[in-house]
Amino acid sequence: MTSFLLAMTFFLVVMVAVGLFCVLRGASNADRMMAVQLFGTGGIAALLLVGVAHGTEGVVDVVLTLSVLAAFAAVAFVKADESSAKDENRPEQGS
Amino acid sequence: MRIAADIFTIVAILTGAFFFLAGTVGLLRFPDTLTRLHALTKADNLGLGLVVLGLLPQSNSVFAGLKMILVWLLVLLASATVSQLIARAARRDGPPS
Amino acid sequence: MSDALHLALIALLLALAFWTVVARETFAAVAGFVSYGLLLTLAWVALSAVDVALTEAAIGAGLTGALLIGAASRLRKTEAAARTEWPGRATRVLAAIVASAVAAAIAACVLLLPDPAPTLAPEVAQNLASTGVGNPITAVLMSFRAMDTMLEAIVLLFGLIAIWSLASDRYWGGRPGLAPVYEPNGILAYLARVLPPIGIVVGIYILWVGADYPGGKFQGGTVLAAMWLLLMMSGLHDAPAVSRRWVRLVLIGGPAVFILVGVLGVFVANAFLAYPAGFAKPLIIVIEVALLPSLAVTLTLLLIGPPQRSESPP
Repeated sequence: MTSFLLAMTFFLVVMVAVGLFCVLRGASNADRMMAVQLFGTGGIAALLLVGVAHGTEGVVDVVLTLSVLAAFAAVAFVKADESSAKDENRPEQGS
Repeated sequence: MRIAADIFTIVAILTGAFFFLAGTVGLLRFPDTLTRLHALTKADNLGLGLVVLGLLPQSNSVFAGLKMILVWLLVLLASATVSQLIARAARRDGPPS
Repeated sequence: MSDALHLALIALLLALAFWTVVARETFAAVAGFVSYGLLLTLAWVALSAVDVALTEAAIGAGLTGALLIGAASRLRKTEAAARTEWPGRATRVLAAIVASAVAAAIAACVLLLPDPAPTLAPEVAQNLASTGVGNPITAVLMSFRAMDTMLEAIVLLFGLIAIWSLASDRYWGGRPGLAPVYEPNGILAYLARVLPPIGIVVGIYILWVGADYPGGKFQGGTVLAAMWLLLMMSGLHDAPAVSRRWVRLVLIGGPAVFILVGVLGVFVANAFLAYPAGFAKPLIIVIEVALLPSLAVTLTLLLIGPPQRSESPP
């Protein structure tokens, strides 16, 4: 069972890596924000798998913290993008 | 009983891995930001749910299993919200590229 | 299989680190850095270092990402101007030489480490029972090296004072951050109503579980700070003026309790920060619980920056 779980972790890490490559290559900030979201699902699944494979107690707590904070980090990204977009538009509105 | 649980785990996690694969293929193949967002936030959430389901028989305690389910629910909430926010940002920043 | 996983993680970490360094736009670099932090969490769990993974998840991926993205959005106005001032060839060559030398020195240090590496782990394991806590990391942080932890909490406070001192005279003691924009039916307001109650429970749980498993006040405090910041970002709640008495009291409360327990040790157990026999665990819990709100408020105020508005709303 352990080697199956580790193989699945490896598979998910490769999936996240490929996804990350696509997302970071993307042109817009929205694409970049997806990178955080990608880890919020694929990364959390990989964490759970490797934690159970090694029988590490407490890995669920790490994942719990991460799932609460992943949403927060993504919201911080969106808000920062919003406020800088507002700054860029301001001079145009004034003229 | 042990074997049945292990088979359940393997089937559920393999199905979950398939959805992660689908999500990644979507990221690779879809042409613009909004469709890529769609692939990422929908397929991956189902994949995570199946991985959690598969890991439930392997967890040491009921409490750990409940925490894993809570993790999935939290990720669902976060994905649903964040994907809307990102989509709005993508629309504001210009036509989808 | 374990080796293949480790190799994949190493390759991905190096690639992501390289990408983050060479990314031209600060926004893209921060996105790379946050992903790097999340990947590092995975690497620590793969190495079975769950305590480090939890800290990396909380501080590295969560709060540092938000801090850097705030900095990036403030820098965006000057980014175009900064890009025109491209450093000369001499500067770049010099920077490359210095960076390579530092990397070579670190590599040499790692390669020259004695094998087996010197360790105090057996001593910690031997004396773990005297502290009453089950998690050796918590025992080291709160008992054997309590002085470091105390100074860590105090240095955050100094950092906050340094940030406040950047405020202009007009806004000294005012409210930090921008005025909140509240959309009652927005999706963000919905998230900010649903997530914080769960987040607060998770934060306190992480603190409590720290006695016997990975966890503790810093990680718990980070989760609480993130929830409060989420409320502020959604506009449901405005940041308090930093001159408020309760803000100041909460900020100094935790470190003050820590110092008080330390001074008590001088009289009862003959050394600063020594715990009297049998009272180690209750005192550690008192300090941790007292530090949790202080750290949460300190981290929140560190992230929203110096006061930018006057105290009373316009």
